[in-house]
Amino acid sequence: MTEVTPFLSDALVGAAAAFVVFAVVVLYRVVKGPTMQDRVIAVNVVGSNTVVILALLAAAFGESGFLDVALVYALLNFLMSIAISKFTVDRGDVI
Amino acid sequence: MTPLELGVVALLVGGVFFGLVAVVGLLRLPDLYTRAHAASKSDTLGAVLSFAAVALVFGADFATAKVVFLLVFMFVTNPTAAHAITRAAFDQGIEPWTVEDTERESGSPSDFGADDGDESGAVATDGGSGRESGTESARETGTDTGGER
Repeated sequence: MTEVTPFLSDALVGAAAAFVVFAVVVLYRVVKGPTMQDRVIAVNVVGSNTVVILALLAAAFGESGFLDVALVYALLNFLMSIAISKFTVDRGDVI
Repeated sequence: MTPLELGVVALLVGGVFFGLVAVVGLLRLPDLYTRAHAASKSDTLGAVLSFAAVALVFGADFATAKVVFLLVFMFVTNPTAAHAITRAAFDQGIEPWTVEDTERESGSPSDFGADDGDESGAVATDGGSGRESGTESARETGTDTGGER
């Protein structure tokens, strides 16, 4: 890749910081609920925000290895949502 | 500012904006279905715009292929996951929020806030009998909520 200019690196880190703030704010919905599905959707949003943060930091620091972590995290995030939704249909409420 | 920097900053601003829209929708909307609607669409668009910015930064590189795969994967799976969770909630008997819910609560404007989801949530949080009581109450008001099933 071409060398990342300091301005571009700052912009990427700033966007990553904004996504961190969003993920922390969404934790309110995880705690409050009120239904279990509300919590699952909120955790799903936190997970996809984490994937975006990892990709932004990979670009900001020039570390393409972070992208592999982001890929695995995206796969696990999707698997968690599908597994919990199937689990609730078969057996009623989990929590 | 080079054209590359301009494009990356524009995409990042768009991504952060739609991420903010998703968070506000998730906190403020009245019930599970409207929250899932806000979270799935706005959050997916914010993530896709941010991934596009990252792909522009990496340029012609092998890492760009990974970012594009991540973009396509997120674009497909995020709404799918929200749809699966929402369908599980509907099968469990959680009622959608309607205008009658606010009118029954004597209609003060603050009822539109995030705390309004508590009564629809009470259907599912009463332990093992959640499924039965949910379908019963859905049958009582079946003319206005359960008609689409």
